[in-house]
Amino acid sequence: MEMAELIGIWLGAFLTLGIISFLYGDNPWYKLCEAIFVGSSAGYWFITLFWDNIYSKFYVGVTQDGNYMLLIGGVLGFLMLMRLFSKIGWISRWPLAFVVGAIAGFYLINYFSSNVMFQVNATIMPLFGSGYGDPIFSASFGSVINKIIIAGGTFTGLVYFFFSKEHKGAFGATAKVGIWVIMITFGASFGYTVMSRMSLLIGRMDFIFGDWLGLIK
Amino acid sequence: MPDYFKPFRFISIFTISIILIFSFSFLAIGQDTEEEIGYSINDFSPAAATDVVAIDHVYDRGDGVDVTWTLSADDNKFSEYLIFRSENGSSDFVEVGLVLPGFNSYTDKSVESGQSYIYKIGAVYDGKIVESELSNIVVPDTEFINWNLLNLFIIGLLIAGAVIYFIAHAKAGKKLFIRKIAGLDAVDEAIGRATEMGRPILFIPGINDMDDVQTIAGITLLGRVAKVVADYDIKINMPVARSLVMTTARETIREAYISAGRPDAYNDDMVRYITDEQFGYVAAVDGIMVREKPATCFYLGAFFAESLILAETGNSIGAIQIAGTAMPAQLPFFVAACDYTLIGEELFAASAYLSGEPKQLGSLKGQDVGKLIAMIAILLGVISVTISDAWGVTFFDSLYDIMRSMFTIRN
Repeated sequence: MEMAELIGIWLGAFLTLGIISFLYGDNPWYKLCEAIFVGSSAGYWFITLFWDNIYSKFYVGVTQDGNYMLLIGGVLGFLMLMRLFSKIGWISRWPLAFVVGAIAGFYLINYFSSNVMFQVNATIMPLFGSGYGDPIFSASFGSVINKIIIAGGTFTGLVYFFFSKEHKGAFGATAKVGIWVIMITFGASFGYTVMSRMSLLIGRMDFIFGDWLGLIK
Repeated sequence: MPDYFKPFRFISIFTISIILIFSFSFLAIGQDTEEEIGYSINDFSPAAATDVVAIDHVYDRGDGVDVTWTLSADDNKFSEYLIFRSENGSSDFVEVGLVLPGFNSYTDKSVESGQSYIYKIGAVYDGKIVESELSNIVVPDTEFINWNLLNLFIIGLLIAGAVIYFIAHAKAGKKLFIRKIAGLDAVDEAIGRATEMGRPILFIPGINDMDDVQTIAGITLLGRVAKVVADYDIKINMPVARSLVMTTARETIREAYISAGRPDAYNDDMVRYITDEQFGYVAAVDGIMVREKPATCFYLGAFFAESLILAETGNSIGAIQIAGTAMPAQLPFFVAACDYTLIGEELFAASAYLSGEPKQLGSLKGQDVGKLIAMIAILLGVISVTISDAWGVTFFDSLYDIMRSMFTIRN
């Protein structure tokens, strides 16, 4: 093993254990690791964003590719710097307003298509038939249950997120079914995500006991 | 050879014999097949694809051509179909794509609007290319309106119209009813608790940039929280992971302090940039939590793997925690570890509910119209298709078609 690699492994182990030491509360070791992590990552991102955006996309895009549309973004970015001057700091609100407004408008169609149109389209299906035009009761029992959960869950979920009516009576009962469906989904998602986090922990433990201590071959 | 090997030797010889017999049989069958169809594999010349038609891809920027052809009768003998194209009457054809046998269409997305193109199809057989006749000339064109999305436009128009109507309604002074959203009433209570305890409030707007509507919703709520914070004269601490969010948050808090009549109390240090790195940010926020011990933590925005780490640390210091996100994978963690959670759209509805402003209330009511349309469509669609399947009633069949096509996106 080369010296540089050895130093890297020892440093990685030192920082990993330092971050894990947070489990015993705030301590100088954790503070040191936190400062190294934050400082190095902030520096890394500054360099990455500078070379990826300002140099590769903007400078090269304008000077070599002749994409002068990028100048609009450049001007908006420059206006953000007006915050540094108190008297004309208000100018920096323009690019902000542009970014927030343009993005909200841009994503409106995307979200509307995926979250509304596709969802509703996929939910409209025969509950007992295996497909449109097929005889009724042609679907298997499991498939029928599945379809009822999808259609019923989507409908009751929508009822829960309907804000113009108080959750009372039959409407309230339907909304309650909706929140139950949502909570059951959360439960399943919780278990799934916890398992994926376990794999991250195993990865770190593998580094500690394998790469560092050499106890796992 | 020992005796106990003899049975194994017999089995081996028997197995090899069976394999050899079957192999010769297959070879013989193969020869019969060639003889039956009347040619040898070497002089076989398969038929080319025919009827190659090229048409402009509709409703695009003139950057697509749809090429279709009739499959060759020997389709199953080809390894692939190559699509060749010549530009502006040139006799040079270049390969632009390929499809597998059985497919008879290809969309060429590497064309330019206003140029003319001719296509031909090359079917690949045994390393040789069997070429079709040339297609018609096609000139791709730009269409400025995509009529396929007319249904999307109509539904969008309905919802936008409802939003405008309800905003006008609210501006006219008429009351718009919004049901209680659990958790939002706790906002003032949580800020009040921080005031009583003399401890700061921590506000985390998620780790995404301003190009995420959840971040925008979180910042909108920040405006309301900051106003109460300014009124009560308590400290707000907002570490952020994106520079643009920092700028926007500073503007929002400054506005809140000005509207509360306390512009001098505002300080830029209330909002601090930490780092773009997800877990570097989390490490720093955890440190801030255990050192400053905020009385109340708000997590309102887009969150990822850091959600449970933040919420658990907040829990360990005994803070009241109010979370809100539309990230389905993170909501379970917030529900488990926080006192109140705004689930999905409740996050977007929250700012309207808290502010009571006509524009936001009208917008929320307009969105409810959209949900009502979706609910009716699902109910009518599912019932009609089920009845149609059961009894074959034409009316319900048509109703199903209408509901389904209303929500179909055609590209």
